[in-house]
Amino acid sequence: MTNYRIQGATGEWEVVIGLEVHAQVTSNAKLFSGASTEFGAEPNTQVSLVDAAMPGMLPVPNRECIRQAVRTGMAIEAKINRWSRFDRKNYFYADLPQGYQISQLYHPLVGEGALHIDADEKAGIPEEKIIGIERIHVEQDAGKLMHDQHPTMSYVDLNRSGVALMEIVSMPDMRSPAEAGAYVRKLRSILRYVGSCDGNMEEGSMRADVNVSVRKPGEEFGTRTETKNVNSVRFVMQVIEYEANRQVDVLENGGTVDQETRLFDPGTGTTRTMRSKEDAHDYRYFPDPDLLPLELEDDFLEECRASLPELPDAKRARYENELGLTPYNARELTAEVETFARFETLLAATANGIGKPEKDVATQVANWALSVAPGVIKSLGEEANPAHATAQAQASILDMQAKGEISGGQAKEIFEIVLKTGRDPEEIAETEGLKQVSDTGAIEAAIDEILANNGDKVEQYKGGKDKLFGFFVGQTMKAMQGKANPAVVNQILKDKLG
Amino acid sequence: MTELTNLGVKAIRDGVAGGDFTAREVAEAFNAAVAAAADLNAFIVTTPDHALAAADAVDAKRAKGEDLGAMGGVPIGMKDLFATKGVQTTAASHILEGFQPQYESTVSQNLWDAGAGMLGKLNLDQFAMGSSNETSYFGNVASPWKKDGTNAAMSPGGSSGGSSSAVASRIAPAATGTDTGGSIRQPAAFTGICGIKPTYGRCSRWGTVAFASSLDQAGPMARSVEDCAIMLEAMAGFDPKDATSLKMDVPAWETGLNADLKGKKIGIPKEYRMDGTDEEILQSWERGKEWLRDAGAEIVDISLPHTKYALPAYYIVAPAEASSNLARYDGVRYGLRDLPEGAGLQDMYAATRAAGFGDEVKRRVLIGTYVLSAGFYDAYYNQAQKIRTLVARDFEKAWDACDAILAPTTPTASFPLGSLENDPLTMYLNDVFAVPASLAGLPAMSVPAMLNGDGLPLGLQIVGKPFDEQGVLDAGLAIQQRAAFEALKPGGPEKWW
Repeated sequence: MTNYRIQGATGEWEVVIGLEVHAQVTSNAKLFSGASTEFGAEPNTQVSLVDAAMPGMLPVPNRECIRQAVRTGMAIEAKINRWSRFDRKNYFYADLPQGYQISQLYHPLVGEGALHIDADEKAGIPEEKIIGIERIHVEQDAGKLMHDQHPTMSYVDLNRSGVALMEIVSMPDMRSPAEAGAYVRKLRSILRYVGSCDGNMEEGSMRADVNVSVRKPGEEFGTRTETKNVNSVRFVMQVIEYEANRQVDVLENGGTVDQETRLFDPGTGTTRTMRSKEDAHDYRYFPDPDLLPLELEDDFLEECRASLPELPDAKRARYENELGLTPYNARELTAEVETFARFETLLAATANGIGKPEKDVATQVANWALSVAPGVIKSLGEEANPAHATAQAQASILDMQAKGEISGGQAKEIFEIVLKTGRDPEEIAETEGLKQVSDTGAIEAAIDEILANNGDKVEQYKGGKDKLFGFFVGQTMKAMQGKANPAVVNQILKDKLG
Repeated sequence: MTELTNLGVKAIRDGVAGGDFTAREVAEAFNAAVAAAADLNAFIVTTPDHALAAADAVDAKRAKGEDLGAMGGVPIGMKDLFATKGVQTTAASHILEGFQPQYESTVSQNLWDAGAGMLGKLNLDQFAMGSSNETSYFGNVASPWKKDGTNAAMSPGGSSGGSSSAVASRIAPAATGTDTGGSIRQPAAFTGICGIKPTYGRCSRWGTVAFASSLDQAGPMARSVEDCAIMLEAMAGFDPKDATSLKMDVPAWETGLNADLKGKKIGIPKEYRMDGTDEEILQSWERGKEWLRDAGAEIVDISLPHTKYALPAYYIVAPAEASSNLARYDGVRYGLRDLPEGAGLQDMYAATRAAGFGDEVKRRVLIGTYVLSAGFYDAYYNQAQKIRTLVARDFEKAWDACDAILAPTTPTASFPLGSLENDPLTMYLNDVFAVPASLAGLPAMSVPAMLNGDGLPLGLQIVGKPFDEQGVLDAGLAIQQRAAFEALKPGGPEKWW
C-alpha cells in the first residue's frame, strides 16, 4: 500500500484517483469514414462527406479500428464483449459536425480488465499493484477550433473529426500521483507494444481525464472533480497533486467539493473550473440507429489474439527467468518498444556471431545496451552519428570482447570511432592498435621481469599475503601498456606464483 | 403528346425499346406537362434538361443497339429528400434552401444507371415530417383530386405529397418516395396510386436526408403494381456505404409477378377495426377480402394485439432520432446561417434553427429532445423501444397463420388542405394503420381500391413478411386486376390545374 498522504490541519487525507485515457487508434482511416488520419496535414484536407456531416451521409464502422481496440482489451486481460453497440452522445459545438459524437455508453466493446504497475520504491510504490480497468469503448474524436486566425471569428479544422479513439476507463484504484504516473506509463507501453496507439502525447494521440477526490483513510469516497485533456504523465501527476491539496483546503475550511469539470493550466500547474454540475450537458445518449450492433465472430477474435505480440510483463519475466537478467535490467529493457527491439536485435546478432546461446551473452549485451553504449553516445554528444550504431557493428564489438581480443575500455574506444566515422570495428581494432595482447610469450617475459625485480613481494605473497596478487597484475598490465588480456595475465601469474 | 403522359413506366420503357416513340419525345411531353402544372406545386425545382439528357442517352444507346436499362427512357420525379449532384436538395426546408450536394444518393444513382431521367425535385413535407404536405417551406402541394361538388384544394397526403400529386395528375409516370411511418402509402392511398415501402434495408439510405434512421425507407410510387415492381428493382440493392443495408440480391420482382394467390393465406387483423374508422374504409376492406379470395387466397382472422400502442411508440422513436439527425443543420458548414450582429456560437445556432426549421419540424425536435433527456429516457424512449419489439413480435406470430396481411391504408380519405392545421393529433392518426409495418421494418404497399361517395380514392394496404416484397406485389396485383381503379376515372382526375 502506498503511504502517500496529504497532511491537513485535521489529520491525514488519502487521495483517490481514476483515469479516463483517450488513445487515438492507430489506423490509416477514420472510425466511420475512409478519410485519412495523418497528423499535421493542412486544415480540412482530410475530411470526407461523412466527417463533415453532409445531409444523408452515413457512418460505416472501420474494421481495423475495432480490431485494434479488441487487441488492446486482450492485452489487459479484459472481457471482450462479443455484442456491443454504438450510442450517440448529443451536444452542439462547432467542432462536432454531426451534432453528436458516436460513442459507446451502454454496451462497450471491452469490459473489465486489469493493469499491473510495478513496484518502484524510489517513486513511492513499495510493491506491485493491480489497477482495475472498468471498460474500453470506441468513439469518434471531434474537430479542432482555431481562435487565432481572425479577430472576431473562429475557424474550424475537421481533420481530426471522426478519428477513432479508445477511451480506457480505470477503476478509482490509484492512491498517489506516482501510481497514476506509473499507470499511464504502463498503459502507454502496452498500447505501443500492441501497436494500437502510438502513445504520442505531444501530438495528442493520448490524453487523460483525471478524476480526483480525497477522503480520510477508511471513509467513503469523497466528491470528485474531473480535469479534462491532460496531455503528459508529468501533468497528470501535477493535476493530482494540485487538486488533492485544493480539495483538502476546501474541506478543512468547512466547504464542500463541487462535482465539476476542470481545466489544467500547464503554465501555473493549477486547475480551474470549466463547467459546474448545473451546467453539465444532458447528452441524451441513445443507440445510433445508423449502425447495427457490433457482433464479433470467433475467427475475428482468434485472429486478434494470435496477432498479439509478447507483452511487457511476459517479456520482462522471460528476460529475468530465461535470459538471467537482473530485475532492473529486465524492467529497463522492456519499458519501451524501441529499447527491447534494439536489445533483441543486438542480442541475436551477438549470440549468432559468438556462436553461443542467447542466455550466455544476454547479461553482456544488456549491460552494453543499457549503460555502456548510451554512456559513449552521451559523452560524444553532437559528434556521434546514431546511424552508425548498427546492431552489426555493436555485435562485432561485443564479439571481440567476448573472445578476449579487446578489453572493455578498448570496446568503448572502438565504439567511439564507429559512432564518429562508421568504420568497421574489426578494422579499427586492427589499425588503431586497440587489441589485447594474448601472446603468452610476451606476457610471460614481462611477468618474469616483474617477479625478478620484486623478489621481496614474491616472498610475502608465498607467505600468505594474497592481496599482493593484484599488485602483480597491475604491474604486468602497466608493463603491457594496458593491452594484455587480463585472463591470460591471471593464468600465467597463478602458474608462476604456485 | 397528351397520350404519352398517360403512359406508365412499363409502357414507356417497352415503347421506347420497341421504337414506338423516342425517349426524347417522352421527356418533352412530361416536361411540358410539368411546366403546365404549377398550380399543383408538386415540384420545388424542375430539371427538364436532366430529363432530356437522360432521354437522349437512351435514344443514342438504342441507335447503337445497346441495352437501355430497366427504366430506359422513363422520366421520373425525384422526392427532394434525395441528394442530387449539382441540383438543389432541400428536404423542403428553408435551412437547406440553395444547398447543392456534391454527391448523388445511391437510390437516385441506381435509377439513372437504369436509364431513368429526372423531371425535377418533388415537394414534400419538411424533412418528411407531415401527413398532408402542408409543412413544406415551399408551399402546400395540392392533390389533383377534388371532392365531388367542391372546389377546395385537397391534401395529396404526406410526406411524399409532391410524388403522389405528380403521379396521380400524370405529370410524371412515377416518382420516388420515402416512408418513415406511412409517407409512401398514405399519399398513394389519398391520390389513387400505388406505392410500396420495401423491407427496411432494401434501398440504401446513403444520400437521403435522414428523418428517422431506423425507419426511413425509399420506395417507388406509380400508377400500377407492375410499374412499382420495375422501379423498386432498379432502386434497391446492397450498398456498402449504408451499414443497415441488406446484403441480399435483388429478386426479379417484375418477372416474378403472379396474381394467382392459390395456397396463400391473407390475414385480417382484428385490431385494425378501430372506433371511428370511416364506414367506406371498412367497405373497401370487405371488398379487398373478396377480391383476394377470388384470386384464390384463403382469408384468415389474425390478431396483432399491440397495434394500439404502435402510433404512440412511433411518435417517440421517430422524433427522438430526428432530434439527433437534424442537429447537423447548425449554420456552420452549409445551408442557412443566421448570424445576428455581435452574436456568439449559441446565438447563431438559435437564430439559424429558429429561422430555418418550420413549426412541425420544431415540434418534433422538441418532442425528441424531451423523450431522450435525462430522467425521461426510460419512461419514453426505452418504453417505446420495448413496444416496438412487441409490435414486431405480433407480426412474427402472425406469419404462423398467414402469408400477408390486408388492411386499410388510412382511416379516412383525403381532406381539404388547411382543415387539420391546428389539430396535430388527428393529423398523426392518418398513419395509424401504416406505422406498425414501419416499426417492424416490413414491406408494405398501398394499392387503390375504390372511390368513396365523395369521389375520392381509398387505398388498401398489404403488409408482407420480411424480404417478401414479391408476396406483397402479387397480392397488390390481384387487387389491382379486380378493383379496376383506372377504369373508374379513365385518364385520371379531371384536369383543373
